[in-house]
Amino acid sequence: MSVIGVQEAITRAHRAEWARVIAALTRRFGDLDIAEEAAAEAFATAVERWPQDGVPPNPGAWLTTTAYRKAIDRIRRENKRGDKHKEAQLLYDDDPPEPLGPIDDERLRLIFTCCHPALALETRVALTLRMVGGLTVAEIARAFLVQESAMGQRITRAKAKIKTARIPYRVPSTEDLPARVGGVLAVLYLVFNEGYLVTGPDADPVRHDLTAEAIRLARLIRALMPTDGEVAGLLALMLLIEARRTARFTSSGELIALDEQNRGAWDATLIAEGHRLVRERLAAAVPPGRYQILAAINAVHTSARDVRETDWSQVLALYDQLVRLDPSPIVALNRAIAVAELDGPQVALALVDRLEDRLADYHVYHAARADLLRRLGDGQKSRAAYDKAIDLAGNTAEIANLTRRRDRLG
Amino acid sequence: MQYLVSVITDKPDLASPDEDAAIDVFNERLQTEGHWVFAGGLGGPDTATTIDNRGGEALLTDGPFVETKEYLIGFWIIEAPDLDVALKLATEGSKACNRKVEVRPFL
Repeated sequence: MSVIGVQEAITRAHRAEWARVIAALTRRFGDLDIAEEAAAEAFATAVERWPQDGVPPNPGAWLTTTAYRKAIDRIRRENKRGDKHKEAQLLYDDDPPEPLGPIDDERLRLIFTCCHPALALETRVALTLRMVGGLTVAEIARAFLVQESAMGQRITRAKAKIKTARIPYRVPSTEDLPARVGGVLAVLYLVFNEGYLVTGPDADPVRHDLTAEAIRLARLIRALMPTDGEVAGLLALMLLIEARRTARFTSSGELIALDEQNRGAWDATLIAEGHRLVRERLAAAVPPGRYQILAAINAVHTSARDVRETDWSQVLALYDQLVRLDPSPIVALNRAIAVAELDGPQVALALVDRLEDRLADYHVYHAARADLLRRLGDGQKSRAAYDKAIDLAGNTAEIANLTRRRDRLG
Repeated sequence: MQYLVSVITDKPDLASPDEDAAIDVFNERLQTEGHWVFAGGLGGPDTATTIDNRGGEALLTDGPFVETKEYLIGFWIIEAPDLDVALKLATEGSKACNRKVEVRPFL
């Protein structure tokens, strides 16, 4: 096999097998730290050996066995210094483990452990990207604009807490499952949003690696929990947003709002997949959760070939449904934007103004006001609102878009 | 596996009769279900004496080792197989005593 062929095989194996290897080893040794180190060593060995020895017929099994041996080596090394009793147990149990039920369940255990509610949200995000996603600590640190050493410490602390406080390595009971799945989806959505609209003045406006990783993990969870409506909803939502990725920016890096995008540049394959999931959820006839409603709203937008063909009454009906589930001011703001299309900017502005005390620090609030005031012909107030939005916005592409909108006022 | 469930408060008030009754019900449950190890209420930080005998001569200080707005006022030690079970019990304990609680594992 060519060098490039071997490299591709290693990359593919990393994508496909990393989480499986970590999950299987964590189950066997009850220790995320040992699993992580052994998996990393096994992949390093593959990089060393596969170019000479060739890619093994079953890369996953090769990696798991290699990682398993590395873990045993480490435990023996540590036991020489300490606990002889444990070594005796390990010597007794030296063969690679028998498969324990469906291996996919192992990955699900891993996901639920990394997303445990006793860990801070930012810790859950980091741990999930490392253990399930297989990103390096350096990559995760870069994605969230923190020092690599700080990110390393965060992950080390999390692993120590999981071990010491005994956070269980299992899929939650049926009773706890909906809340815990919600926690997992919140982690994925945060990863996706961080990739979708990066904050920070000098950051690239979009981190495609993060949006792609969030989608990949959502597909994995969807495969593991195919009947969960919110899992399908979040995957659909992310696909329908990702489909518009290339149409969202000008060549100079300015954000293009939904109403100005070239809809021909949208990714038809991702849209078709997203629409299929939304239809599947509609057919299920179960009251939808937040992600399913957001996905449906995005499905309405992506069904219109031209912004003027948007079915705003359906968008508004979906926002009405969402407001009942999520009474947050941000949802109310988005609902008001749909109201503007149906009942005009005057009615919408009255709704937006009511949100001032809760959204005064949120740039999108001021941007929405600015747009409505412009449509009402109040250039002066519109300009002031754009200025406020520009001051508060953190994303370079958004600032460029808001600046252009303001300067167009003339 | 044992966990310490610390009861945290910022008011010197003793438990009300309703709280006492709820704590009794919760304690009984811990005992019936095999989670009970020990529990107790404590005097406030005003009743604390801090001792430092690291330097050869014991130094006594009237008061807690650190003054905080919120402080420990009682605790449970519970037996639980893992943190999920411990957190569930602690959640009920917090409800029963009507105060914030903190969960920590024994090593």
